[in-house]
Amino acid sequence: MKVTEKDVAYVADLANLELTQAERERMVRDLNSILEHIDSLNELDTTNVPPMAQIPDRFGVDESRQGSERFAYTIREDVLEGLRKSLPHDVALANAPDSDGTFFEVPKVIER
Amino acid sequence: MVTAADSSVAAHARYEPVIGLEVHVQLLTVTKIFCSCSTRFGDPPNTNVCPVCLGLPGALPVLNRKAVEFAVLAAMALNCRVNETSIFARKNYFYPDLPKGYQISQYDRPLAEHGWIDIDSEGGTKKIGITRLHLEEDAGKSLHEGFPDAVEKTAIDLNRSGVPLIEIVSEPDIASPGEAYEYLTRLKEIILYTGVSDCNMEEGSLRCDANVSVRPHGQKEFGTKTEVKNVNSFRFIREALAYEIERQIELIDSGGKVTQETRLYNANEGKTYGMRSKEQAHDYRYFPEPDLLPLVVDEKWSSQIRKLLPELPEARRERMVVDYGITEKDAQVLTSSKALADQFEEAAKSAKNPKRVANLVQSELIGRLKAKGLEIEQSPISMKGVAQSSDLVDVGAISGKMLKDLYDLCFQRGKDFPVVYDEEGRPQQSSDTSALEKIIDELIAANPRQVEQYRAGKKTVAGFFVGQVMKASKGQANPQVVNELVAKKLG
Repeated sequence: MKVTEKDVAYVADLANLELTQAERERMVRDLNSILEHIDSLNELDTTNVPPMAQIPDRFGVDESRQGSERFAYTIREDVLEGLRKSLPHDVALANAPDSDGTFFEVPKVIER
Repeated sequence: MVTAADSSVAAHARYEPVIGLEVHVQLLTVTKIFCSCSTRFGDPPNTNVCPVCLGLPGALPVLNRKAVEFAVLAAMALNCRVNETSIFARKNYFYPDLPKGYQISQYDRPLAEHGWIDIDSEGGTKKIGITRLHLEEDAGKSLHEGFPDAVEKTAIDLNRSGVPLIEIVSEPDIASPGEAYEYLTRLKEIILYTGVSDCNMEEGSLRCDANVSVRPHGQKEFGTKTEVKNVNSFRFIREALAYEIERQIELIDSGGKVTQETRLYNANEGKTYGMRSKEQAHDYRYFPEPDLLPLVVDEKWSSQIRKLLPELPEARRERMVVDYGITEKDAQVLTSSKALADQFEEAAKSAKNPKRVANLVQSELIGRLKAKGLEIEQSPISMKGVAQSSDLVDVGAISGKMLKDLYDLCFQRGKDFPVVYDEEGRPQQSSDTSALEKIIDELIAANPRQVEQYRAGKKTVAGFFVGQVMKASKGQANPQVVNELVAKKLG
């Protein structure tokens, strides 16, 4: 058991989730089985493989180029609405659960 | 009797404060850091927003090249080492003005590290280390009051969400509120020179959080620190730090313990207050942002950016003191903004006598500005105007007295020197000796007693005649010529 119930309670708290006892037990089980599965990677020798967080860092880049140019295609110029237009105001607010027509509104924020 | 002030002095002698500052600076890009919405300040709420900066599902960030270049420029100006590869990371926390539930920032591999700036402190110049400088996005803005539903609701404006920021973290090298103030002043000045931010504190383009702790002198370990937030001027930061240091020392001296917490500064009361917060420390669960590639700033790119680096204020001041023979203090005034320093130098170089231009600024301009309560940027007389007036004095066309009068008129009328000079009919000091000789002859005839005194050896009487000639010529006679003529006629 790598993940304890205490860990689950802590992460749930950080995620603003209130879990029932039953849910907490299920989470402990699920998370541990995921980690066990990931553990099977330990069978491989990764001594000389640098950690990879971003897949396109190795795949999709222009292999013929080096340095900044290798990744240049993922950077854009500082041009107003060059990539896409901003949303019209009413469209931006359309899906908001609550709004006064100008702002998004949320229940009064009180620092936790 | 031991007064409160005495015991506080004694307590201060036993403790030393340790201060570190985190400064957020908004970059002057046209668009946001990860989308092409406008960064303009003051637009109607929620009008510069799109799926990316609203955090709508499926939207993907695309990095703004200019934001990178500005951040690198700032890093270079602050003597940082720019890392060839840096990584964006997600900082996870919940707040309504952070729609994604995480802020894209940088964590274990920031853009730049190991910088420093020099500040003036009591013991002379002091180096303050800069731990790191990294790129991140701003959050939106929460309004807690000032709108109809404010009793029950918080209003959110997401125009600011995704605006590019750099965070500059200092080493805990700052040992007093005064040094913190000095560090911020220098930092702001350098950033302004690079042109990557307007550093406007009212608009939130520059924000500062301060970490402060105290420890007994000689102790190596740091004391428990508190973080002071919500401070919107350098002066208030200095006051907040002074209060906080005092509070911590008193707490420790009375057997208490400092709690690690965030405290807000109330400028009206001059006090800090602890925010209600949970026991657990913040756990942002940083992890690498999978939606963005590593940021690679290679030698070629960074050398292109380095070419954009201007001469920085400290170096410029030193050079100007040498080049123009001005005082350190006046160099300080003239370099208060890059635009002003540029104007001054351009004018001074175009003038016949650059040092005279500097002297005029020093002796004639700054005093008049002070009297009117104006900043040098608001001066009616431009640097070009000062240069023109300097040239006129240089060729003997106008006297110092005439220049003073013309400057007074410029300030009265709120107009630049060339305009007023034309309006006054381009006055010339008179060097026409025959006209002056006539005036002197008349004066000698009218004042026989003074002539006698002079010829009897009381040479100072010459001053009386010179004064009368200047008066008769309405101050437009060339004083040097008048002096010579008077001496000749009386002699």
